Amino acid sequence: MSRLERIWPLLPGLAALLVTTLLLLAMGTSPIDAYGAMWQGAFGTSARVYSVLAFLVPLLLAASGLLLTFKAGLWNIGIEGQIIMGAIAASWVALRVELPAGLQIPMELAAAMAGGALWAALAGLLKTRGGVHEIFGGLALNNLAILFTNYLIAGPWQPPEGGSFRGTQPFGAHALLPLFENSRLSLLSLVLAVLAFAGVALLLTNSHWGLRLKALGQNARSAFLLGVSSDRELLLAMALCGALAGLGGGVRVLSWFDSLRQSISGGIGYLALMVVLLAGFRLALTPLVAFFFSAVLNGSITLQLRTQLHSALGDILTGVLVLLVLLFGNYARVRRAFRRNRSSENG
Amino acid sequence: MLAAAHAAASTDFFLVYLANIIMQVQLNTIHKQFGSLVANDEISVLFEPGRIYGLLGENGAGKSTLMKILSGYQRPDRGEILLGGAPQHFASPRQALAAGVGMLYQEPLDVPVFTVLENYLLGRAAGGESPRQAARALEALAQRYGFDIDPHEHTSELSMGERQQLELLRLLAGGAQVLILDEPTTGISAEQKDILFASMRTLAREEGKTLILVSHKLDEVQELCDYAFVLRKGRLVGGLPLPCPNQQLVSLMFDELAPRPARRQLGQHAPALSLQSVQVHTGRLELEPVSLQLQAGQVLGLAGLEGSGQELLLRACAGLLPLSGGSLLLGGESQPDWNYPLARQHGVAYLAAGRLEEGLVAGLTLTEHMALVSHTHGLLVDWPQNRKLAEQHISTYQVVGQPESYIENLSGGNQQRFLFAMLPQNLKLILMEHPTRGLDIRSTDWIWEQLDQRRAQGTAILFVSADLDEIAARSDQIAVFSGGRLLRSLPAAETSADELGHLIGGAL
Ligand SMILES: Nc1ncnc2c1ncn2[C@@H]1O[C@H](COP(=O)(O)OP(=O)(O)O)[C@@H](O)[C@H]1O
Ligand SMILES: [Mg+2]
Repeated sequence: MSRLERIWPLLPGLAALLVTTLLLLAMGTSPIDAYGAMWQGAFGTSARVYSVLAFLVPLLLAASGLLLTFKAGLWNIGIEGQIIMGAIAASWVALRVELPAGLQIPMELAAAMAGGALWAALAGLLKTRGGVHEIFGGLALNNLAILFTNYLIAGPWQPPEGGSFRGTQPFGAHALLPLFENSRLSLLSLVLAVLAFAGVALLLTNSHWGLRLKALGQNARSAFLLGVSSDRELLLAMALCGALAGLGGGVRVLSWFDSLRQSISGGIGYLALMVVLLAGFRLALTPLVAFFFSAVLNGSITLQLRTQLHSALGDILTGVLVLLVLLFGNYARVRRAFRRNRSSENG
Repeated sequence: MLAAAHAAASTDFFLVYLANIIMQVQLNTIHKQFGSLVANDEISVLFEPGRIYGLLGENGAGKSTLMKILSGYQRPDRGEILLGGAPQHFASPRQALAAGVGMLYQEPLDVPVFTVLENYLLGRAAGGESPRQAARALEALAQRYGFDIDPHEHTSELSMGERQQLELLRLLAGGAQVLILDEPTTGISAEQKDILFASMRTLAREEGKTLILVSHKLDEVQELCDYAFVLRKGRLVGGLPLPCPNQQLVSLMFDELAPRPARRQLGQHAPALSLQSVQVHTGRLELEPVSLQLQAGQVLGLAGLEGSGQELLLRACAGLLPLSGGSLLLGGESQPDWNYPLARQHGVAYLAAGRLEEGLVAGLTLTEHMALVSHTHGLLVDWPQNRKLAEQHISTYQVVGQPESYIENLSGGNQQRFLFAMLPQNLKLILMEHPTRGLDIRSTDWIWEQLDQRRAQGTAILFVSADLDEIAARSDQIAVFSGGRLLRSLPAAETSADELGHLIGGAL
C-alpha cells in the first residue's frame, strides 16, 4: 500500500471541510465562528459530549454490523429497517411484558436483536432463495418497517389520550435504560457498542468465519468450490448485522427516546453505510468516522437552536462529504480513472 | 540503368540501415524484484528490426515481467531501456506505444461491453475520423493480416483468438514498431495460431517490425523465430540462433530434467465412478446419454473440440450441474441427489480451468487459503500454525511464493501447484479441466507425477484437455466427444494423438 493510498480515506474529509468553508465565506459568515459554534455544540459542555456519545451508540452498532456484510460482499441497505424492527421489538416488550427488574431490560435488548436479525434474515432469504438483490429487498423491507411503525403508533399502540402520529405513550421507568447524569446516554449501551465493535473486529481478523466471509466477498464462486457454504454464511452475516442494528434500534427507544416514535431511526442506518464507506471498510477507521459524524451532526443540532444562520452547516458538511466519498472514496477506482484520463490526453 | 538500380538498392539499404538504428531495442541490466523474489536479475538483451525473437523460459522465469517493463506496464528497479539508442522512461503502456512499443498481454485487457470498433477506437485519439471511416480502416487492416473481424460485434462475443487479433490491430494502429506477444497461443485454436504466426511473419519480413514471442513452448518458438533468448530463474542464460536442436534449448531452460518415467498401469478392480445413460441439459447444449466406467486408480481422458459436451459431463460428475437423466454411481453406490458439497464429502475433488475464477480467491494470501480449507473446528484461526502449513506446502509442492504472497501474484504454474497442495488426501476421484494448460514441461510432468502418486493410492482421475498428446499419453481410457454426443470410448493403448485428431476432426 502506498502512502497516498493509506491516507486517502482522510482526503474527502479535508476536501469537504474546504468546500464548506468556501460556502460559508461566500455567504459572508466567518468560518471560524461557525466551526467554533459547532465545536461548542458538540463538546462545549459535558452534557453535549454525552449527547454525542448517545448518538454514537446505535451508529457504531450498525456500522459494526455493516463491516460484516460488506466483507461478505453484501450491500445491506436494509439496515435502516433492521434498526426500526429492533426498536419495535424492544417497544413491544417494554409496553406489553412485565418482568422482574433484573430481566426486563435484558429481555428488551434480546428482543431488539431478534427483531433486527429477523428482518435482515428476510432480506438474506430473499437473496439466497428468491434471487432478489439485497439492495432491492432491503429497500422494500425498510418501507415495510416504516409502515409497520406508523400502523402501531396510530393503531394498537396509540396512547390512551388518543392517537397522534407522533409516538406511543412513554414506557414505564422500569423499562427504560438507566441514563447517565440526566443525559440521553446509557453507559450500558455504550459498553455494549464497544464490545460489539471489538467482537466484530475479532471475527473479521482472526476467525474462520470471518475468513470465509472475506473469501465470499472476494470471489464467491471460488469460495464455494473451496467448500464454503455460501448461502449459510451470507444468511449468518446478514442476521448478525441485523442483530447489531436491531440492538441499536432498541437503544434508540429505550434511552435516546422513551417511546416508539415515528422516525425512530432517523436515517442512522444510511448514515452507518456512509460511515463504513468513508472509512474504506477499514476496521480501525470505522469508529473514528462514526464519532466524527456523531459530533458534526450533534454540534449542528445545538447550533441550530442558537443561531438560524448556521442551521444547515452540519448537513452541508456531511452532504458534501458523502458526495466526495462516493466520487473519490475508492482509491483504486480513482487511480484507474485518472490513468485513463491521462492516457487519453497523451494518446 | 545499372547505376540507377544500384542507387535504388543503396537507398533501400540506407533506409533499412536507418530503420535498424531507429528501432533497435536495447535493454541494459534490467533488474526487478518483488519483495525478496528477483524476477529479473540484471538482464541485458538486444532486439533488431525485421526479426522474430523468441523469449523462452519455464513458468515463473521472469519473461512476462521483463516484457511488461519494456512495454511500460511495470517499472524496473534498475537498468535502462534504449530505443534506437535513446533512453526511455515509460510511465505507462500508452507512452510506450507512443514510442512504438506495443504488447499483447498474457491476459487480454479489453473491455468486454464494447463493440470491436469501440474497443479499437478506445486506444486512439479521436482524430476526426468518422465511425464509418474507422470501421473501414479497421476492416482493411484486418484483411491485410488475414484476420476475420466484424467491427460491430461485441467483444464479449469474441473468442480468445479474435480478441487477440483485435488487440494486435489496435497496437498496430497505435503505431507499434515493436510487438511483444506474451504466450499468445494459449487458449486459441490451431487455425487461429496459424493465422497469427503468418501475420507475425508478414509484420517482420515485409514491414520490418520487431517481433518478440514470449513462450514456454519450444516447438512454436522453433517454428516461428529466428533467434531465442532463454531466461531461467530471472537470469538471461543464453541466446541461440534458430532452428537448433531442441535439446540445446531444454538444457538452457532447465537445470536438469528428469526423464519421464514410463507410465504405470494402476487400474484396480474396484469401481470408482460409473455413469449410466447420464444426460445433461444446459441452455446451450444437450448431452446425449453417456455411459462410462472408471476403476479406482484409472485415468479417463475426455477428448473433443471445446463445447462438445465433455465439460458438461465433468461438471455433472462434480455435482455442479444437475443430471437430467440417467444415474451416477460413486464406488458402486447410487447417488440420486448428487451435488457439489456432497461430492466433496465423498472424496471427489474438482479443479476448473480458470484457476483464479474457479478455485483460488484473489486477494487472499497463501496462508489465508490454507486456513480457509483447513478442517479445524475452533472459532479462531491459528495463524502461526497455518503459516507453517503454508510453508510446508510451499516446499513440498515446490511453489515459488511466500506464505504472505497474494495468490494472484503467483505465476499460473505455481497457482496450479498450490491448488494441488490444497487438495485433501485420500480422494476417490479427481475431476480436472485442462490440468496443465499454460504450464511448461517441467510443471506438467510434475503435476502428472503427483497424480500418479494419488492413483497408486486408488484415486481415479477424469480429465478434459484440449491437448491431444496429453490425453493420449496420460490416460488409460479415452472418450471422444462431438456435438454433445459420446462418439467413441477406447483404450489409450490402442490409439494415438494423431488418430484422436482424426476422430475429432472427422466428426465435424
Ligand atoms: N506483481 C507481482 N508481485 C509479486 N510477484 C510477482 C509479480 N509479478 C510476477 N511475480 C513473480 O515473479 C516471477 C516471474 O514472473 P513472470 O515474469 O510472470 O514469469 P513468466 O512470465 O516467465 O512465467 C514469478 O515467480 C512471479 O510469481
Ligand atoms: Mg508469463
